[in-house]
Amino acid sequence: MNWAAMKAIYVNEMVRFFRTITQSFVSPVISTSLYFVVFGSAIGSRIEQVDGVSYGAFIVPGLIMLSIMTQAIANASFGIYFPKFIGTIYELLSAPVNFIEIVIGYVGAAATKSLFLGVVILITAGFFVDLSIAHPIAMMAFMVLTCVSFSLLGFIIGIWAKNFEQLQLVPLLIVTPLVFLGGSFYSISMLPPFWQTVTLFNPVVYLISGFRWSFFGLADVPVFTSLFAIGGFTAICLAAVWWIFKTGWRIRS
Amino acid sequence: MQFRLLVGQGAWLMTMGLKITAVECTMLEITDLKKTYEGGFEALKGVSLSIHEGEIIALLGPNGAGKTTLISTICGITTSSSGQIKVGGFCVEKEFRAARSLIGLVPQEINLEPFETVMNTVKFSRGLFGKRRDDAYIESILRKLSLWEKRGARVMELSGGMKRRVLIAKALSHEPKVLFLDEPTAGVDVELRKDMWEIVEELRASGVTIILTTHYIEEAEAIADRIGVINKGQLLLVEEKAALMARFGQKQLRIELQDGITDLPDSLAAYDLTLEEGGASLVYAYDTKADRTGITTLLSDLASAGLVLRDLQTEQSSLEDIFVDLVKEEQS
Repeated sequence: MNWAAMKAIYVNEMVRFFRTITQSFVSPVISTSLYFVVFGSAIGSRIEQVDGVSYGAFIVPGLIMLSIMTQAIANASFGIYFPKFIGTIYELLSAPVNFIEIVIGYVGAAATKSLFLGVVILITAGFFVDLSIAHPIAMMAFMVLTCVSFSLLGFIIGIWAKNFEQLQLVPLLIVTPLVFLGGSFYSISMLPPFWQTVTLFNPVVYLISGFRWSFFGLADVPVFTSLFAIGGFTAICLAAVWWIFKTGWRIRS
Repeated sequence: MQFRLLVGQGAWLMTMGLKITAVECTMLEITDLKKTYEGGFEALKGVSLSIHEGEIIALLGPNGAGKTTLISTICGITTSSSGQIKVGGFCVEKEFRAARSLIGLVPQEINLEPFETVMNTVKFSRGLFGKRRDDAYIESILRKLSLWEKRGARVMELSGGMKRRVLIAKALSHEPKVLFLDEPTAGVDVELRKDMWEIVEELRASGVTIILTTHYIEEAEAIADRIGVINKGQLLLVEEKAALMARFGQKQLRIELQDGITDLPDSLAAYDLTLEEGGASLVYAYDTKADRTGITTLLSDLASAGLVLRDLQTEQSSLEDIFVDLVKEEQS
């Protein structure tokens, strides 16, 4: 393994994160605070409790998931798309590194950034609502797995994208709607039976449900189903990345 | 295996005072390399080339000849369709780590991250090639390339010439044995170009093998040991620079006349003569390889025709002329 190369890629990506700390850190914190004001206070005043949990606290796992999923995709896709866009990808392709090292470097950095953000949002949420975490280890495990798997997805999007428009296409048109419709701000048991069934086809439901279970012990779907879903999603992304590097799709002409 | 032991030992043996004329260390071996792009365009049509350690070879060719594709394929940026490439005895596909570790690449385009500092981007390159941090070495490179004072500056703040130096610093950051310079002086001023030539000379002195592509023929003429001419994906020839000049070189004899003439006398019609400067001089083209150049009889016939000579000059045809002739010959 080329450890030095992995470290170089990782550090380089993290330096970029800290260089744009305002954009990377302050803006998600402000967005989260606004979500609490709008959903927690305005709407929450009309929905007092969901399954015995105050609505303000109930939306915290969903909010964290929303942020880490979108940020993991944004960071990882930009991380690999930017060298393609400005041409510095030549250095990566001509270096003595294999795809595992490249993926660990880029995806590891993107996952770290989104994990950091998730923790910041969790702390911010603590200022607005009383929070208790029933299963802290499971909570961290779900958060880490989500950060890694969505960073992998972002990495694939970054390689696939031929321009900035495509880079935004999947997150805006697919991921964000799936997250909003995946029970971020409600329990799927609140939906009519037909829509409950439809919602079960949304993979994000399983992630949010498992993550919420780690906070409150409440889940829309069994927790092992959630674990299986996120494990399966990670495996699919890994297989896709392996295929991309094996064939050189969109990176080596 | 035998070869691998030899790589890098050429310079060492020389420093030991040993005669090594019988030992030639091949640093780069390309065999029947072909590359066809998805659209069907054949960029390389069976290129074979062998480059020795410590050599500077210049690849000349018009736009679209296949120079950059050749370099990209060797470096791993582009995949080959068929053929084999070995760098330092290591196959670039099966033993890509060992092969790529030996290679430094200065690309044609100025591909640099604009927001990064000079120091960080050079350090990043060293790390990417698996080398441990070595601040003293990085400092020596930056000083050699006159970048040390700019080490904290962002790339976007640098001039075009300085950015090219940064690309070279990145390529040298991991101490490569083979350096590819893909049109390194394109668009840079004369002073910087000469600086680059000096840098190349220093690198050669330290034993680095250099493969250079260029549009500037005088650049190849000034610094290369061997010249390769590539056109339409085929390597037309690879030859020692001096031998190439001698083989293809024509000389011209310029004869300045005391009194200008309007027409050539009939007695001189057998010679390949042209009148220039309004009849004030005659230009005679002759082949340096021929048994007889015909100069002696020409001078005698000029005297017989009553023409008085004021001065004589000879001119060697440049590499550019040779290159143009070769490419024209191929196209016809």
